[in-house]
Amino acid sequence: MQLLIALVTGLVFGLGLIVSGMTDPSKVIGFLDVTGKWDPSLAFVMGGAILVGLIAFRFAATRKQAILGGPIRLTTTRHIDRRLVLGALAFGAGWGLAGYCPGPALASLATGGSKPLIFTIAMLAGTAIFEIQDRFCSRPIKKAG
Amino acid sequence: MMIDFELFTPWSSLAGGLLIGLATAVLLLFNGRIAGISGIVGGLLRPTAGDIGWRVAFVAGLVGAPLVYELASGLPSVRVDADTVTLIVAGLLVGVGTRYGSGCTSGHGVCGLSQLAPRSMAATALFMLAGFVTVFFARHLIV
Repeated sequence: MQLLIALVTGLVFGLGLIVSGMTDPSKVIGFLDVTGKWDPSLAFVMGGAILVGLIAFRFAATRKQAILGGPIRLTTTRHIDRRLVLGALAFGAGWGLAGYCPGPALASLATGGSKPLIFTIAMLAGTAIFEIQDRFCSRPIKKAG
Repeated sequence: MMIDFELFTPWSSLAGGLLIGLATAVLLLFNGRIAGISGIVGGLLRPTAGDIGWRVAFVAGLVGAPLVYELASGLPSVRVDADTVTLIVAGLLVGVGTRYGSGCTSGHGVCGLSQLAPRSMAATALFMLAGFVTVFFARHLIV
């Protein structure tokens, strides 16, 4: 059952990305181009998602466990450190360069030809570089998303 | 600042956002999991027993989404201006950055902001700022 929920939520998440315009890199870059002709549409994506999210996370906080059992795993990390700052800046730069963030890249793989594929392979390589580096550097980190 | 009303799509973007929020809510309440894409994918490269299946299923749904969308109607047209080298550099930055920063647009931008977490507010502000600055340089200074 948990697998089915994961499959369906992945699917709905992907459909949401396509409907919203997030899978069109030129639209993403139009959103990030605040000094040019700005297309604010994608602020509505975040707004819509957060509107539902606010209710869901508030409700989750009142529950001891998930509906299908097991804990509700929320991030416990609180501090804002150098890793967070540099990581977010690097991510934003990459996002602005190509117009892809992780979700839309994956939701473009099946139909988008070679460009999202090249981006995704490089993204996975970047993730692997982090994993290798992180294992040699023993500081524990919490994964959030 | 000039708003480009020809490209402005508030309703479809809001509808897509609500779908993303719905998926996030169901995964959270039923499975107790955060729908942060970079975290879900990152966990696949750091496998622990019993923690693989749901990640694979979620990614399969995400990758299959355009195929399902196509069954109902034609996919919206997209345009990728980046060349191969730019795609590789951008992919590496996104891969490394989202893991060091513990999240991307979904993990910090949606899930973190929905919890009003200061850490995610900081991350979201920083990656948006870096995106604005990068596009400013790429589109208005270099080209």
